[in-house]
Amino acid sequence: MNFLDWIKQPWPWYVAGPLIGLIVPALLLLGNKPFGISSNLRHICAACVPAKIPFFQYDWKKEAWNLCFALGIFLGAGLTTIFFSNPNDIMLNPKLVQDLSGYGIHDFKNLVPVELINWTTLLSLKGFFLIVVGGFLVGFGTRYAGGCTSGHAIMGISTLQWPSLIATICFMAGGFFTANLILPLILKLS
Amino acid sequence: MKLFSNIKYILVGMLFGLVFVKAEIISWFRIQEMFRLQSFHMYGIIGSAILVAMISVLIIKRFKIKTINGDEIIIQPKQFNKGQIFGGLIFGIGWAITGACPGPLFAQIGTGASVVIVTLLSAIFGTWVYGKFKDFFPQ
Repeated sequence: MNFLDWIKQPWPWYVAGPLIGLIVPALLLLGNKPFGISSNLRHICAACVPAKIPFFQYDWKKEAWNLCFALGIFLGAGLTTIFFSNPNDIMLNPKLVQDLSGYGIHDFKNLVPVELINWTTLLSLKGFFLIVVGGFLVGFGTRYAGGCTSGHAIMGISTLQWPSLIATICFMAGGFFTANLILPLILKLS
Repeated sequence: MKLFSNIKYILVGMLFGLVFVKAEIISWFRIQEMFRLQSFHMYGIIGSAILVAMISVLIIKRFKIKTINGDEIIIQPKQFNKGQIFGGLIFGIGWAITGACPGPLFAQIGTGASVVIVTLLSAIFGTWVYGKFKDFFPQ
């Protein structure tokens, strides 16, 4: 196997998890910054549409580092896709593949399911739920909870903060409920 | 403009974006597997990330390591409020539907899934609605 084939393989959890864990001390050492992404959504509101709302009245420019972090994620994901993306289909649990094929999903090439989430489905009821409603809940929920998977589950729990543990349990509870009971109804929509 | 001092955060973000794609964390399918208990992958990632972060923070605290600029490292405590329960559940619902948390949204757009820009705009709007009507929700 040559180097390029090797690097194009997907990474196992025990490589990815520790690397993500190291981002926490990296941000602390580089400038005492807490690991977190969802605050960026608030910074974008504060920068673009503050509308005299007290929640958005703060100096968002001081948080420019966080926006740069998000920009980096965008760039890193883009470069990786261009140069090192896995040419094969994602290896999934056969049960999931079978379940999804019942909803007409057969394309497992991309990380974002092209048959469900694209500009055409956006105009359908199914796409509206998957894209617009889902996105709204992510933005609303993370701000109400005061963080997302990075801010609460990783940064919060690793610094032994019990509110973050509660938040993470609630993320998982909401996700289990929705993936198993609500999402099948959405996938049945046309 | 302090862009230069922020370049380091762009670089750390790029590492995060690389891991997001290579470990398929931003895959809608992997999130479905996680919530259906059909794969250990995501649990292994989040669990080992917490462990490595925890050990790193303990080392920083134990040896009172300072930032590269010589500043003290202070971790702000998080206050408990009902938002972590209600907001947490709401985010969980959105996570299962979109297959993405806020970080992966930026990454998914980077992979060329341009329609995710709409998901991101909707998430920004969700944050805005929360900010606008914050006082109506139990805190």
